[in-house]
Amino acid sequence: MKSITRQKSLEEIEEQLTNLDHVFIVGCGTCTTMTKTGGIDQVLEMKDRLLEIGKRVSGWTVIPIACDEMTEAAMKENSRAIKNANCVLIMTCALGVHRINSYIDRPVVPALDTLFIAVEEAPGYFREVCAQCGQCILGETAGICPITNCHKGLVNGPCGGTNNGKCEVDKEKDCAWTLIYERLKAQGRLDLMRKYYPPKNHHVVLRPRTIKIE
Amino acid sequence: MVSRFRDALNSGRFVVTSEVAPPKGTNIDKMLHHIELLKDKVDAINVTDHQSSVMRFPSLGGCLAIKEQGGEPILQMTCRDRNRLALQAELLLAYTREINNVLCLTGDAVPVGDHKEAKGVFDFDSVQLLRAVRAMESGQDMGGNSLDGPVEFCAGAIVTPEAQPIEPQLIKFEKKVEAGAEFFQTQAIYDLENFSQFMHYARQFPVKILAGIVLLSSARMAKYMNENVPGIFVPEGLIDELGSVAKEEMLAKGIEIAGRMIATLKKDAICDGVHIMAIGKEEVVPDILVAAGL
Repeated sequence: MKSITRQKSLEEIEEQLTNLDHVFIVGCGTCTTMTKTGGIDQVLEMKDRLLEIGKRVSGWTVIPIACDEMTEAAMKENSRAIKNANCVLIMTCALGVHRINSYIDRPVVPALDTLFIAVEEAPGYFREVCAQCGQCILGETAGICPITNCHKGLVNGPCGGTNNGKCEVDKEKDCAWTLIYERLKAQGRLDLMRKYYPPKNHHVVLRPRTIKIE
Repeated sequence: MVSRFRDALNSGRFVVTSEVAPPKGTNIDKMLHHIELLKDKVDAINVTDHQSSVMRFPSLGGCLAIKEQGGEPILQMTCRDRNRLALQAELLLAYTREINNVLCLTGDAVPVGDHKEAKGVFDFDSVQLLRAVRAMESGQDMGGNSLDGPVEFCAGAIVTPEAQPIEPQLIKFEKKVEAGAEFFQTQAIYDLENFSQFMHYARQFPVKILAGIVLLSSARMAKYMNENVPGIFVPEGLIDELGSVAKEEMLAKGIEIAGRMIATLKKDAICDGVHIMAIGKEEVVPDILVAAGL
């Protein structure tokens, strides 16, 4: 599983850094390194770009896994440089931003947008496979998620916009329901597609979502 | 409730519906003109619901205008823009204003329209919306709560007989029948042989099928639809026929083709009626009816 991110434009980052001229930069050694949005190379590149636009960089670090609790130690280790900055520019996914925010007092500024969670299906090709709806129906849809892979998240079969196995929003995208149909047919389980699925519960876990494991 | 449209469907005669598209703005003159033109010539008039995901005057507003002019409206309802509360609430309002027919649709995707960043709702799908209509008729909303006064609708849906692959669409068609659809208006059909095969299959279900007739206004439009509109297949023969006449004669040729198809569908009793979509050329629908001998 990977958290997929995309770097914000330099203009947007600059806008967020208005009146925040001393910057400490944090990257992540896991997902954003894999996606080349917040690994060492991108952090150093960001440092150069910030210097070019007249910012000062008090330091930088790339935490092995920014979303786990070891981040606290990494923040302590860099506390002097962070204190010397008036903000922390974060090149991790939003999970890392959240972690870091809970350990420091300085304002946090995300340099990335977190897009979705995905699996790497081929080198460099990441595909979203789960929308975390809380009511898994993969057992009835041949292991292909219509909530995630159908543009409209339909549960009762394809819409009329499907065309030769492709989706109406993009001819490059597969119609999830055609894939589900083909796989269920090959498995001799088309009866599952004939079943009626009621509207989904959008509050399986009431938002804001938390869970306590005993 | 008296749905004149349902009576027409059950009368055994060949039923004709058409549709009007509400304007983008408050100038409803053209829509009113089209309603005036069609209301006594067809059995019912659909009002499209932000077709192609383009924000417009609402379907319900168009249906009210049809009622005011003494016509029989079919309320098109997509699941794209409203959650289950809003959809059910609109059905309550429609019923109280004697709008007795509803066409339940999933709706086009948001990014094909003119508010590309809007949230697509799809809280219900077309099958679930049909079930909501039938639940509300029994006096309960989709939350299982009692209604103080139920609704009653002649409810229908759509089907795409030319879709490839066809079987997933037919599975969904059957789910719609099971959910309570009484009538179907099809996506545009042009190949009557293919359509007859579909009808052979569809006849086993207790529903009325109105064949979708989309007016071909030029050879270019026909080619464009073949390349860009899912589930529409215009045979080469028809494109050649349109291309065989001068540019200014093409619309007349398209009217002739539509009329000819409708006449054949009726003569050979292939289906229960037609749904004529003139897409921007609503004023020629009466000419199509004349060409069809209706």
